[in-house]
Order: sequence, then C-alpha cells, then structure tokens
Amino acid sequence: MSKRTFRIWRGDAEGGEFEEYTVEVGPGMVVLDAIHRVQAEHASDLAVRWNCKAGKCGSCSMEIDGMPKLGCMTRLGDYPESHTITIQPLKTFPLIKDLVTDVSWNFAQNKRIKPLQPKPRDADGEHRMQQEDVDRIQEFRKCIECYLCQDTCHVLRDHDRKDAFVGPRFMIRVGQLAMHPLDTEDRIPAIKEELGSGYCNITRCCTEVCPEHINITDNGIIPLKERVVDRYYDPIKMLLRKVRGA
Amino acid sequence: MSELVQIRVGGHQTGLGATCRVDDWKTGPTATFLGLSFFIVYATWAGLQGAHYYAGPYLSPLYSPVVWTKLGVPGAAPLEHALLGEWPAWWPALIPATPAALILIFPGSFRFTCYYYRKAYYRAFGMTPPGCAVGALPQSQYKGETALLIFQNLHRYALYFAILFIFILYYDAALAFSKDGEFGFGVGTLVLLINPTLLAGYTFGCHSWRHLIGGGLNLHSKSPLRHSLWKMATVLNERHMLFAWLSLFWVGFTDFYVRMVSMGVITDLNTWS
Ligand code: SF4
Ligand code: SF4
Ligand code: FES
Ligand code: FES
Repeated sequence: MSKRTFRIWRGDAEGGEFEEYTVEVGPGMVVLDAIHRVQAEHASDLAVRWNCKAGKCGSCSMEIDGMPKLGCMTRLGDYPESHTITIQPLKTFPLIKDLVTDVSWNFAQNKRIKPLQPKPRDADGEHRMQQEDVDRIQEFRKCIECYLCQDTCHVLRDHDRKDAFVGPRFMIRVGQLAMHPLDTEDRIPAIKEELGSGYCNITRCCTEVCPEHINITDNGIIPLKERVVDRYYDPIKMLLRKVRGA
Repeated sequence: MSELVQIRVGGHQTGLGATCRVDDWKTGPTATFLGLSFFIVYATWAGLQGAHYYAGPYLSPLYSPVVWTKLGVPGAAPLEHALLGEWPAWWPALIPATPAALILIFPGSFRFTCYYYRKAYYRAFGMTPPGCAVGALPQSQYKGETALLIFQNLHRYALYFAILFIFILYYDAALAFSKDGEFGFGVGTLVLLINPTLLAGYTFGCHSWRHLIGGGLNLHSKSPLRHSLWKMATVLNERHMLFAWLSLFWVGFTDFYVRMVSMGVITDLNTWS
C-alpha cells in the first residue's frame, strides 16, 4: 500500500474548485476505487455515478488527466506513482454535481432515430439473416452508452453544435440500422440533414476514446458519409438515377 | 497557456490548445505537420525544376505521365516518352513549363481529399481539434464539411484517377526493365517497382473504394464477389495510415533517386553498365 493524491473537481453548475485528497492505494486499484476511498475517508458527499465496476454499464465516464475515460477501467498503475491524478466531470454535458453530469441530451438524440423497420417475415413467419450481413453491425452493438465519444467530439465539446450534429454514438446507432439487412427505412436524408453527418470532420477522437474499441469513424461514420455522397454529391450516380427514373 | 484560455465549471479550460491532458499529445500532430510540410515543399521544388526527372530508363513519378517534354533540358524525358510530343510554343511564359505541373493535380487531389489525410491535416494544420479533448481553434460557427469543405465529398473521383495512375506507374516500372532495347534492371527498376505497389496498397485501402466495392451494400450474402473484395479492402483500410505514409515517402524518394542519378550525383547499380 502507498499513498496517492487526487485532484478532484468539486462543485455544481454555479461553480466550484479542485480539491486534493490523499488516500492509500494498492495494486490493481482503478480510479473509481480511489474515488470510493475518498468518499469513505474524506468526502462522503462527493458525487460520482457508477454501477457495474466492470466497464459494462457506461455510468462512470469522467475525465482523468484530461482524457475521457471510464473510472472503473483506468488503472492507477498506468500513472507514475508520484503523479497527482486530476479527475473531472465530462465537459460536454451540463454539470449536476462534482463528477456527475446530465447526459439526458443523448437520450433525446436517440429518440430522433427511427427504430428498425423490418421487411415482412418469410412465409414461415421467420426473419432470416445471413452471418456475413450482420457481422458488420455487430461491432456497433457493443456500445455501452458511456458517451465518452460524445464528450470528446469537438463538434459538441468545443463548437457546441448540439443543434446540428447528434454525435458519434448516434451516428453508429443509425449506422447499425442503415446497414441492417432487414431494415427498409431510407435513412440517408436524415443522416445528412437532421443528424448532421457533414459536421463530423473524421478526426477520429471518438474512436480513440471508445472503451469498447468500436471503430466508430472508419466502420460507422465514413461508410455513412459515403452513402450520403451516393445520394447527394456524386453527379454520375445522380444522373444515372435520373435516367433510370429512380 | 494563452490569454484566451478560460477555466469553466468542471475545471475545464476552453480556448485553442486548452487541455488537462498531461500525456504527450503534441508529438503526433507535430510529426504530421513536419512530415506533410516537408513533402509539400520537396514536391513543389522538384515539380518546378522541369529538369532531371528522367534518367534513362527511369522516370520520376512526380512527372508521370509526361504530356509534353521540353527538349534540350538536362534530364528531360525523350520525345518518345511524351504523350503529345514537344512542349507547345503557345505555352504562356508566366506558367512554369514543367511536365509535373500538368499531372500533380491528380495525386495531389487524391491525397488532399483522402479521409486519412483529412484527419491528419484538420488536426495538425487546421487544429480542429489539435488533439482529442484539446481545445479546438475557435470558430464563430463551426460547419465541418457542410460548407467550404463540401468538395471533400468528391473524393471518389480523385480515386478513379489514382487507380489509373497505378497502371501508369507500373508501366513506367516495366519500361525500367529495358535500356536502349536491351533487357536488364537496376536499383532504379526496383525503386520504380516498389512505388506503384505501395500506392496500390494505399489506393485499395481507400474508404471510398471500400464503399464502392461492397460497403454500400447491406446484403453481402447476395454478392459474394463484392463481399470478398470488400473484405480485402478492409484489410488494407485498417492499414490505410501506414500505406499513406509509406507511399508518400516512396514517391518522394523515387523522385529523389531518379534526380540524383540524372544529375550524376549517384550512380545507379544495374545490369547495363
Ligand atoms: S470523428 Fe467525427 S464524430 Fe468522431 S470525434 Fe471526430 S468529429 Fe466527432
Ligand atoms: S460508441 Fe464507444 S465511446 Fe461511444 S458511447 Fe458507445 S461505447 Fe461509449
Ligand atoms: S461502473 Fe459501469 S462502466 Fe464503470
Ligand atoms: S480514404 Fe484515403 S485514399 Fe481514399
């Protein structure tokens, strides 16, 4: 066991400041463990959201030394022993208290995406899909809705264009539906207009922070942008569609 | 910390470059900035020379294909190498008479609109953002690729030319197996052969290619050929950044090699001499 100091943001929407806490830490501990120890020993009113402690519920998103991360999956051993670790709430969403932010904007975005519109079932009442057709969208289903990607996306984080862009999490959510072998909904107009695919400048920060290692940009957003090109920007494809009367 | 940096609720700083990150996030964009700048400066300089781009039988990729050649210039391509023959007399004196100027727009626009390079220069040059969770260059109203940068959507057209260029550069490599009608090869032949190979690795890992070849389909099971091609493109796509840099370096190096041989600075080891 050794001692380590943490610099944790304390405050609410009105304001606040960093406070330092020193606690005993041991091998294998993660940042969330240390926060719990701070709660137990120094600040029982320190607000932090968590649930599974296994990297699966997506609740414990925070910024650790400036990087959006899951508190329960970030090992203290990854940082030099004498280093004071800074812990902050997510920047992109309104602060409620200490490390807890109001992420409800994300729930509202989810509602803007039309659910799966499956084609009719086969004569025997079954839906059939081939493995190679679903392989691609399985990756997106790994999402734990931690919103770390939303937090780091500069379109939302720095430029505050929540009015124009739903963010990477919901690009892959709509991607999962748009690439679904059973879906019949034409989602391209919504991807371009309401959901704002053009606002992403594919700088890949969402991919870098995703704890599920979902290749958000390369496998989700770029393929959607290419589908938007097919529909709205490729003059030859547009001409061919006109000729075919489609 | 610049004066523009402000501390907000949550302890976050705002403003260009503002971050609480303490890791080494600057090295990546700095290396990108230096690497791309170096290549742009070198390619511009080399392209403007209009000379020493040919050292029989090797042709610099920055000059291929040669549309017109200016005879009498040291290290210029011979007449039979030029698609349309001799440099036209009507060429305005103000515009540099260099064959590179006629073709560099094709590979240039391909790389400029490439999804990987976009990421690289939006970060390293545009600082939008300079790093993840690092303050982006403030803009009154960020529009991403919906306004000024909307042309990026035509990347696939640059791709079509890039595919053509792979064949052209392999043709140049094939010509590099013969000097004055005699079969042989030299170090330059190998250099010219590696170049389109790396370019093919880069080009067939292109996101637009990956989309056009199969990514645009939802029912891959109904198009097994396109599914296999898509899977191959995916393998290269996962290494797109690697091939982007390798091929960029090699294009520059190939020009440099041909240039040095043409200028007599280095001697090409080959079977002819
Ligand atoms: S790649 Fe696009 S969605 Fe992802 S963080 Fe960057 S701008 Fe946002
Ligand atoms: S895509 Fe990744 S980073 Fe984004 S919410 Fe899902 S799991 Fe979190
Ligand atoms: S507590 Fe569930 S992901 Fe961290
Ligand atoms: S995406 Fe890089 S070449 Fe097309």
